[in-house]
Amino acid sequence: MRKTLLSFGTVAALLAAPLQAAVEFDFKDPKGVNAISFHLDSLLEPIAGTASGITGTVHFDPANPAATKGKIHVATNSLTVPNSTMEEHLHSDGWLDAAGYPQIKFEITGLDHIESDGNTTKAHASGSFTLKGVTKEVTVPVTLTHLKGAFGKRVNKPEIGGDLLVVRGEFSISRTDFGIRPGQNEDKVADQIDLTIAIVGGAPNA
Amino acid sequence: MLQSPRLIVRVLAVVVVVGVLSFWAMRGAHTGWSMDKVPTTLTDEITGLTYTAYEDRYVPGIEILGGGLLAGAGLFGVSYLLGRPTPSKSD
Repeated sequence: MRKTLLSFGTVAALLAAPLQAAVEFDFKDPKGVNAISFHLDSLLEPIAGTASGITGTVHFDPANPAATKGKIHVATNSLTVPNSTMEEHLHSDGWLDAAGYPQIKFEITGLDHIESDGNTTKAHASGSFTLKGVTKEVTVPVTLTHLKGAFGKRVNKPEIGGDLLVVRGEFSISRTDFGIRPGQNEDKVADQIDLTIAIVGGAPNA
Repeated sequence: MLQSPRLIVRVLAVVVVVGVLSFWAMRGAHTGWSMDKVPTTLTDEITGLTYTAYEDRYVPGIEILGGGLLAGAGLFGVSYLLGRPTPSKSD
């Protein structure tokens, strides 16, 4: 009986091990660096800006990157462009409807096509992307850089220790797919929106 | 000399064109739309991430330049609707 219990215990410990090894990284950056940039072709000059209201967590284990899971949320009203009038249009219900849909969400369900080299992992992140209430499955090529022990140094408190996870990636979406003026104004504003992710998550030592 | 309305409007047209052109050029000669937040790219030392910071500063765009040139051209056109200067009695 005791032997059986020990065996169960060993199996449970082995199953739990990958979960324990995964570290939770918080993407609400204290230094305010995190942003997702967007770029659309338009008349005269492209519409380019950033969204900096990033929150969310990602569970990452460098030994098992395929099991990476998490969610990244972007506050819709944090989308900023250099022209305030253009920004008001962008937030209005005719475009992103920031009041009705206050968050843009990316739920990461896993990584595949993984290539690891030192502290860097290149992979395809799969998950669901929600914009203006429409959810689509997307695959985003990402590069994850695990900076061990860099959290404390970054916040000028080296005694804290902890790790950083830098996530970079680029992908494109169609505004028609997400109900953003589908088929309208395409002669003035392109349908394709190019998105660039450049974010860092922190995991201070407990 | 400036008593002629036609001449006054033409001088005004030149002042508008030169003024707008100078304002646009001195504020950066930006060939896109006007900006009231100017983006600058910075780099985070530890992570190497580049990010955008916005500085509250007005930079007139091509629509300001175009509007000024049109206003100048319009004033110049209006000057043709005004009467020619009448020759003074001494002429």
